[in-house]
Amino acid sequence: MIRIAAAALMLASGAMAVLAQGDVIAERKKTMKANGAATEAGAAMAKGQAPFDLAKAQGIFRTYQEAARTMPGLFPENSKTGGDTSAAPRIWEDMAGFRAGFAKFEKEAAEAAAATKDLASFRAGFAIVTKNCGACHEKYRIKKS
Amino acid sequence: MKRFMGAIALVALFGAGGAWVLTSPSLQATGTEALPGGASNLENGRTLFYAGGCTSCHAVPGAEDKTRLGGGLALHSPFGTFYAPNISPHPRDGIGAWTPEQFVRAMRAGVSPDGRHYYPAFPYTSYQRMNAGDLRDLFAFMMTLPAVEGRVRDHDLPFPFNIRRALGFWKLIYLDGKVFEPAAGKSAAANRGAYLVEGPGHCAECHSPRDRLGGIVSEQRFAGGPNPDGKGVVPNITPDASGIGSWSKSDIVELLTTGFTPEFDSVGSNMAPVVKNTANLPQSDREAMADYLKSLPARPSAVKKAPK
Repeated sequence: MIRIAAAALMLASGAMAVLAQGDVIAERKKTMKANGAATEAGAAMAKGQAPFDLAKAQGIFRTYQEAARTMPGLFPENSKTGGDTSAAPRIWEDMAGFRAGFAKFEKEAAEAAAATKDLASFRAGFAIVTKNCGACHEKYRIKKS
Repeated sequence: MKRFMGAIALVALFGAGGAWVLTSPSLQATGTEALPGGASNLENGRTLFYAGGCTSCHAVPGAEDKTRLGGGLALHSPFGTFYAPNISPHPRDGIGAWTPEQFVRAMRAGVSPDGRHYYPAFPYTSYQRMNAGDLRDLFAFMMTLPAVEGRVRDHDLPFPFNIRRALGFWKLIYLDGKVFEPAAGKSAAANRGAYLVEGPGHCAECHSPRDRLGGIVSEQRFAGGPNPDGKGVVPNITPDASGIGSWSKSDIVELLTTGFTPEFDSVGSNMAPVVKNTANLPQSDREAMADYLKSLPARPSAVKKAPK
């Protein structure tokens, strides 16, 4: 387990080194877009506009967890500006709080995935997990256009 | 700035005596009407509390409980830094010793019980549209919230903005004292939406550009603007292509309920706390607000999209 983690860490840091500043900004936008698409699908099911699909519901929470794991690594010191980023300077002033937000998001997404058995349980979990979106954007994102 | 200097020159012209009269808080005739009798409607007060977004500025920063209105939030502006005061029902440090009449006067004329001007960081230019009955109910509801001890520090404003008296001139230009009048030809729902957006909701206060004196540029009302605290922009909320022209009514209602845009982005910055408030409104009120926003004249964004 430790070996796998170490290997993953090396891979991640290696990947970080290769990604130039513009690329990390593009990467975090892509990750957030994926979150948005997942949320759109989830909202449709929660509101009964789309039929409930357990596999799809689990997939939504999986997307969130993956995003929560990748995102904190996509904010190196050299990516504060450029690429039309809407990242707030506060991210780098409060990196601990920023990371804690993603940790909470990941944990709640995992809990919701485990608890989701049917539409009702999905709805409950989805409502809790998506509260994280606004909570982080309030502090760490600045609208630019 | 130029206009402010103009105002200064005006002071010289009129002479100190004339200026003293013109800037007098007692010159503000609004908000002195008699309050309707009968018992206050606390449920209506609660609705107006969330429509008005009081907690966004006056809640103790960082506290979990947003009904503790102890103040202290710093609002940065081109004129200096304002600190939101304690408006909890604490009798010494908050507004617990106020009469309902004094509250109405503060909300509609921007004048304190001891007869001083409030700065328009407190959006009384919008709150003046609220009717006396609603203000009475709002005050009664606020008196049911927890009393929080402690006064907030004074605003940190450079000269000449630290001269409160000069706000009398500002009010002569920007405060008309008119209560919202329902339009005769419109439905009750349409009037309700207009009232909520223009009055308690004070949407235009952030979603419009301001002139050098800090007044809203009326021909660009709701067309967005730079964020008053200097970071980023506040979007255009008129039905223009550069605004929210492509949004349906239910898209707007969704945003005011959950904070999600039609692209399922989640709004952040200063809009996140606004959504926490509008989420507490009756569904019919959010729908009325959405209808009103869709009925606004389409205006191109006041702030051009930043070059890539």
